[in-house]
Amino acid sequence: MSIDVALRHDFGGFVLDARFTVARRGVTALFGPSGAGKTTIVNAIAGTFRPRRGRIVVDGRLLFDSDSATSLPARLRRTGYVFQDSRLFPHMSVEDNLLFGWRRAQVRADSAEIGRIVALLGLEPLLPRRPRALSGGEKSRVALGRALLSSPDILLLDEPLAALDAARRAEILPYLETLRDEARLPMLYVSHNLDEVARLADDIVVLREGRVVRQGSVFDILTELELPAFAGTKPLGAVIAIKVGERRGDGLTALAFDGGTLLVPELRQPPGTRLRVRIRAEEIMLALEEPRTISANNVLLMHVRDIGRDAEGHADVQLLCGATRLVARITCASLERLQLASGKPVFAIVKSVTVDTAMRGGAD
Amino acid sequence: MDAILTPAESEALFLSLRISGVAVLSALPFAFAAALFLARSRFPGKTLVDGFIHVPLVLPPVAVGFLLLTVFGTRAGLGGWLFAHLGIRFVFSWTGAALASAIITFPFQVRAIRLALESVDAGLNEAAETLGASWWDRLVNVTLPLALPGIAAGLVTAFAASLGEFGAIITFVSNIPGETRTLPLAIYTALQAPGGEAEAARLSILSILLALVFMSLAEYATRRAKAEQ
Repeated sequence: MSIDVALRHDFGGFVLDARFTVARRGVTALFGPSGAGKTTIVNAIAGTFRPRRGRIVVDGRLLFDSDSATSLPARLRRTGYVFQDSRLFPHMSVEDNLLFGWRRAQVRADSAEIGRIVALLGLEPLLPRRPRALSGGEKSRVALGRALLSSPDILLLDEPLAALDAARRAEILPYLETLRDEARLPMLYVSHNLDEVARLADDIVVLREGRVVRQGSVFDILTELELPAFAGTKPLGAVIAIKVGERRGDGLTALAFDGGTLLVPELRQPPGTRLRVRIRAEEIMLALEEPRTISANNVLLMHVRDIGRDAEGHADVQLLCGATRLVARITCASLERLQLASGKPVFAIVKSVTVDTAMRGGAD
Repeated sequence: MDAILTPAESEALFLSLRISGVAVLSALPFAFAAALFLARSRFPGKTLVDGFIHVPLVLPPVAVGFLLLTVFGTRAGLGGWLFAHLGIRFVFSWTGAALASAIITFPFQVRAIRLALESVDAGLNEAAETLGASWWDRLVNVTLPLALPGIAAGLVTAFAASLGEFGAIITFVSNIPGETRTLPLAIYTALQAPGGEAEAARLSILSILLALVFMSLAEYATRRAKAEQ
């Protein structure tokens, strides 16, 4: 499985000149501020926008190539497109909307698949309804189901949550996570919300002003100290892949990661489950000596890998432990006091670890 | 009906309905094609084409009738050929009245259908395309059903306008009872005869009632169209 995209298009003032390659299955986030060219890239892959120059290959299929004047019509590209505004057909029932792509698929999924996707997205009670009788979150779910049932090679999601309020967003995210883990389908997820990206993405392509400024795994990109500079956001902290360990009997569960163990309040997930946890940069304190009497459950011995400072007196300290990276946000004053420098060992006191219970491991 | 209208009057009424019905329905495919073309295509000179389609709206109907006579008269080029080879004759025939009405009300249909087509969210067409629907498939299963109330509104408006056509009909196909004497021509004829005012008044009231019925139908269809969006 691979996605190869290289595009160049001059919009007169704004030049889109982006190239990236995704080598594995899973969720790749196209991340960047609005106006970075994310939607245009997705439209070019779907075939609803034709760039002046470029080449697009999905899973070995050549969809577009300006050199050989190849451009497969959108209807033959087998891309499942979930639009920001759902775009459900208002004159059809939810059921007919869902089956629209299925009926026209080049390789039609068997009817058991319909039931499976309807169940996965909880669409059963909505089937006879018209789209106008649906809530925003329900519309998103139907749009997702409709795209999935067209048997696509790749799922393109253009900010499917942007039109929803926080509560609806929280309602849809678990569905997307389940989808990521159960559908053997690569997904390109457009978002300007780093929080969503941290929960869903395996890889991140960071776009700015029509160009790809960074690409890498979610674990690496989120702990990059230059993230605020190139993505225009504040550092979010780290995403860590963990494996749930045995129950300890003291109300805590051990989570093993590459480089150590985290302790969190007891989890429902059985031992062996792969999950992702997030540790915000503000939730880490640093100490030069090991604090022995402290309420925090997690004190990790790490090494300083890099340090970045911003204009407001913050210092972001990138820490390394095994192959795992964390970022701690402290003040420049603390940095001076501790005399931290690259390579120096330091104790990271982790005040809290966020575990999204519906969250699973992601692609290997 | 006979209690209110004389046989000649109800003949005029049903002739009007038939001529307008045939006129509007036979113009519909052409109007739809023209509207689709105007709504979807971009090319230099589109304004000119748009203007040409709307010419019957501003031209004196008598002039339209005269033009039709020169083209479709049995002694003229196209009309002569049609009559000689196919036996089709428009002049002095109710089909000629339908043709004249169709041309006069063509712009009403094109305009309404074009508006209906343009009000269908282009994003839905795009979505249908990514879901594997071809051009025809999208037209038939997405655009058409969503534009249908608007198309119906255009059809009814054109029908109502066609009921009132006078100048083009009397010039092109004359005023023949039972063949081309529609309601407006019957009113005109009644007024030509001494003491015909009562008949003219009755026919005028009838025309007003018809217009009211069809305009409310058009209004209803338009409201349905809006609700559909």
